[in-house]
Amino acid sequence: MSVRCLFLCLWLCASAHAQGFAGLGAPAKGFASPVRGGELSFPADHGAHSEYRIEWWYLTANLEDSQGRPYGAQWTLFRTALTPGEGGGWSDPQLYMGHAALTSRTDHVFAERLGRGGTGQAGVRTSPFGASIDDWSMKSLAAAEADPLSHLELFAAGPAFSYRLTAKSDRPLILHGDRGYSLKSASGQASYYYSQPFYKVTGEIELNGRRTKVSGQAWLDREWSSQPLAADQTGWDWFSLHFDNGEKLMGFSLRDSANGFSSGTWISREGRGIPLSRNSLKAIPLAYTRVEGRRIPTRWRIVLEARRIDVTLRAINPKAFMKTSAPYWEGPVTISGSHPGQGYLEMTGYE
Amino acid sequence: MLTVALKALLSHWVRSPFQLTMMLIGLSAATALWSGVQAVNSEARASYDSAASQVAGERFSRLEAPDGQDFDEENFIRLRRAGWLVSPVLEGTTILQGEAVRVLGVDPLTLPSGAVSVDPAAPGRLGAFLSRPGLILASADIAAKLSGRIPQTIETSEDLPDGTVVADIGLAQMLLDRPGRISRLIVASEQRSGLTALQSLVPELELRAPAAANDLARLTDSFHLNLTAFGFLAFVVGLFIVYSAVGLAFEQRRPTFRTLRALGVSTATLSGLLVFELGVFALVGGALGVVLGYGVAGLLLPGVSATLEGLYGAVGPQSLTLRPSWWISGMALSALGVFAASAQGVWTIWRMPVLASAQPRAWARASRAVRLWQAGFACVFCAGALILLQVGNGLLAGFAVMGGLLLGAALALPLLLSATLEGLRRLARTPLTEWFFADTLLQAPRLSFALMALLMALSANVGVGVMVSSFRLTFNAWLDQRFVADVYVSARSSEEGDRLFAFAAPRVQEALPIWGAEARLGDLPGEIFGVAVSASYRDHWPLLEAVPGAWDRVETGGEILINEQLARRRDISPGDVFVLGPGWSARIAGVYSDYGNPEGQALVEISEFRRRFPDAPRLRYAFRTREGDTDAFMRSLVSEFGLPSEAIIDQAQIKAVSRRIFEQTFAVTAALNALTLSVAGLALFASLMTLSSMRVSQLAPVWAMGARLPGLAGLELLRTAGLALLVTLAAIPTGLGLAHVLLSVVNVEAFGWRLPMHVFPGDWLQLGVLSMIVALASTLIPAQRLAYMSPSVLLKVFTSER
Repeated sequence: MSVRCLFLCLWLCASAHAQGFAGLGAPAKGFASPVRGGELSFPADHGAHSEYRIEWWYLTANLEDSQGRPYGAQWTLFRTALTPGEGGGWSDPQLYMGHAALTSRTDHVFAERLGRGGTGQAGVRTSPFGASIDDWSMKSLAAAEADPLSHLELFAAGPAFSYRLTAKSDRPLILHGDRGYSLKSASGQASYYYSQPFYKVTGEIELNGRRTKVSGQAWLDREWSSQPLAADQTGWDWFSLHFDNGEKLMGFSLRDSANGFSSGTWISREGRGIPLSRNSLKAIPLAYTRVEGRRIPTRWRIVLEARRIDVTLRAINPKAFMKTSAPYWEGPVTISGSHPGQGYLEMTGYE
Repeated sequence: MLTVALKALLSHWVRSPFQLTMMLIGLSAATALWSGVQAVNSEARASYDSAASQVAGERFSRLEAPDGQDFDEENFIRLRRAGWLVSPVLEGTTILQGEAVRVLGVDPLTLPSGAVSVDPAAPGRLGAFLSRPGLILASADIAAKLSGRIPQTIETSEDLPDGTVVADIGLAQMLLDRPGRISRLIVASEQRSGLTALQSLVPELELRAPAAANDLARLTDSFHLNLTAFGFLAFVVGLFIVYSAVGLAFEQRRPTFRTLRALGVSTATLSGLLVFELGVFALVGGALGVVLGYGVAGLLLPGVSATLEGLYGAVGPQSLTLRPSWWISGMALSALGVFAASAQGVWTIWRMPVLASAQPRAWARASRAVRLWQAGFACVFCAGALILLQVGNGLLAGFAVMGGLLLGAALALPLLLSATLEGLRRLARTPLTEWFFADTLLQAPRLSFALMALLMALSANVGVGVMVSSFRLTFNAWLDQRFVADVYVSARSSEEGDRLFAFAAPRVQEALPIWGAEARLGDLPGEIFGVAVSASYRDHWPLLEAVPGAWDRVETGGEILINEQLARRRDISPGDVFVLGPGWSARIAGVYSDYGNPEGQALVEISEFRRRFPDAPRLRYAFRTREGDTDAFMRSLVSEFGLPSEAIIDQAQIKAVSRRIFEQTFAVTAALNALTLSVAGLALFASLMTLSSMRVSQLAPVWAMGARLPGLAGLELLRTAGLALLVTLAAIPTGLGLAHVLLSVVNVEAFGWRLPMHVFPGDWLQLGVLSMIVALASTLIPAQRLAYMSPSVLLKVFTSER
């Protein structure tokens, strides 16, 4: 995925910058920048990179109960640094923000948590792997020799929902772009970006007091950077698609004052990721929904000629709006057309 | 030229010092009552605010160490990791650059919104607040002293009490030298379900219920609105005085204006000079008014404090500080009043042709057309009030209805008076009586403003009187019903309470535990009481509405009773299901009246109560003693059981306390009422005094035809008394209308209870007498002047006849 937002920026530096969504276009002083050819190494890179300004651990799951009713679950931990590096206790510049949501056809409930790294309220450790804020957690259950992300347990809860999910994958991590170096604009903004899109999920959700057993598939994104957006980019549309034939597609399209910038990765059944050539992915909005006073496209046509993909995405719940510190739309979609399936859609920067 | 013209204009006031005095008195009385009431209101609000912001997070439940000391911040992490939404606060005092500063440390990332009076998480501020060296929010005095002398950026906040700064919790720990320590944890009001209990996570901390500060502001708002409405009424009544004084001065100076215009003073200059003159009056009257208002506020303050404490349990303001804002608002109000009252006069001068007649027309005569216009407006106001009564809701609408009613009635008064007088004149038999009615008819429009003011003051008096006495009657009946036990006792501990019960049970006819716990009823703060259902409750507890067999349902069916306040606020009634708390909903068996209690309340059966609140203190009991045994039983509680005598209250005492609180509730309203009535009396006096000097030319012919002066003076007294009587008669229906609005709209909104209206005609007789005394007192001087008028003055009328 491209540019998952670091909304904290908006809310930390708002007013100061009018550039880009959530202040993501702001220049990064003193922070490290991604470089092409920098080799990612695991499990160390599953942890936090405090010398970079922003980072996230982002899991989205398409679920289904025994009666075939669809659900979507989101578990996200964002990290943002006021200054590079770490400090002890309250003076730690590493701030964390958790977002969790549960979406059904009729309901969309979500919660937000904020905290500082230095106090132990929130943070990410590498061995054993665990990312958490308050009582929300993403913990590794993987055997010592396996990749820590190959087997995860997730928990999150808000006033109107909770879920506990187990996610297992037997396929490799997918590195996006050039071995994990993912370009975000024509002028060279980039981030480090890898995914684990092959999770099989089981677990239990609780929505408005009702508990339900669910199963399905999930997609984890890991990304960090210091300035992933160009100054004139105002928002993005991001897609993670599980096709029924076992193939996957990650695509994003960044909106700017000119023609925009789109890219992505096509992923084979076996777990081979092939970067898309720039702007070969076409994302065309088909229908809009009015949500929270904004006009947001909730039906899309996605075309990737090189792979003969021509599909339509429909939001399972068009009102899946995250009214958090920095608001955005995020929810599960069904896919029809040449490659049926299901997936997740994220849209930012719509007014 | 300018100076000469100004001197000519001002000389009028030198020649008529009485008019000047009246004008200034009217202006300062109007300003004084209004600004006094505003001062009281703002003092009261300031005292709630400072109480609320003294400690951050007062509105929320808090976890504190039992001894109130600091504790380890590790508790914060432990609770957050268990899913509890809590936020740490560190509070302490330190010396910064030689200044004593109260430091409030907060964590903006977890702080529930609205927990402190400032928002450290405001956009653009948070980054700096969390960074080091950091940003602190400081009260204005501290900001001025520390700015540039400490490494932190300082932002001034008006919302902080003096001497206070708000900083990031980490910075506060450093400034206070208490690393790793916190004073308390704020517990957010919304928590998810299924959390591990606080007692097992942090057994060493105690959960404290939120202070009622915020609810207090909501509850007391109605009280302050009440005061404001009366203050405004007094202001309007005061303006009538100014209007009549200014109107008269303009009329009497018409020759001067004409002469000045003829001498070459332009209309612009003349109007400018008049505006300047009025500005000076506004300034002087306003200054006097503010000083007087300070006095009024000082007078009202103890009553207001007592009411607030008695009725709402709020700590009311104890002292008065003269704030610059009063001066400004007082002056502005005074200027507004002067210019509103004189706009018509200045406008006339602006348009007056140079050669206009210099004939003083006394007052602009209220012609038939004007009266019809007034009647039209009266209808509009009354109709508006009636419509609003049907469709509007809320306290403000209630006061708007009252305002419409008052203004409508006041505007209708002149027409009513002239119709009545016309009718009476037709009945007159002797020439003198006919002259008397005709003359009264002529006077009425000139007096109309003063009479309107009197009508408004009297109507308010009737309305408030009916409300208070209705309330008193209902309240007393309710007290007799509700306090049926003979002795009420408080134990010092639950253990003592248990022993007390065992001790007393065999000695009395009935022993009734009164155990309560503070709880949130839905989203409102309130109390839940456990009662042992017995004959005493069945026979006496004042139920307003109930399903059949309500007490049986409470006793065995797990149903509850709620007070009227709760029923109205939540719009629920018997038969509905009410959610008392997480996992506890119960059907409502009945609603009872609960006067004097600002909060919601629910009664449940005692065993249910003990199951839900196992830790609630078991301290209070009510006992019904055997016939004639009360004193002996009370003595045995002291001598045999060993209770301190102040822990025992008998029924008579508890009723007396309740009645005292009740009387205090309306003491301030009564005081304002009396003040308004006196201002109206003053208006009448001012009008009569100025009229009396102008009436010589009308009285002289009657005198010349043989009527004796003392007789004429007697007629003057009779006339004023008669007019006052008519106004009182008009005030009664208006007042009853007001009372209806007060009882069924304002009280329901303000206190949460509706009262039946009880009418006491005896009170009106009293009021009629009072208004006549006011009227006669205001005529006394003019009448006396007339009685002893030298014949030469009267003769002069004929010699100088134009």
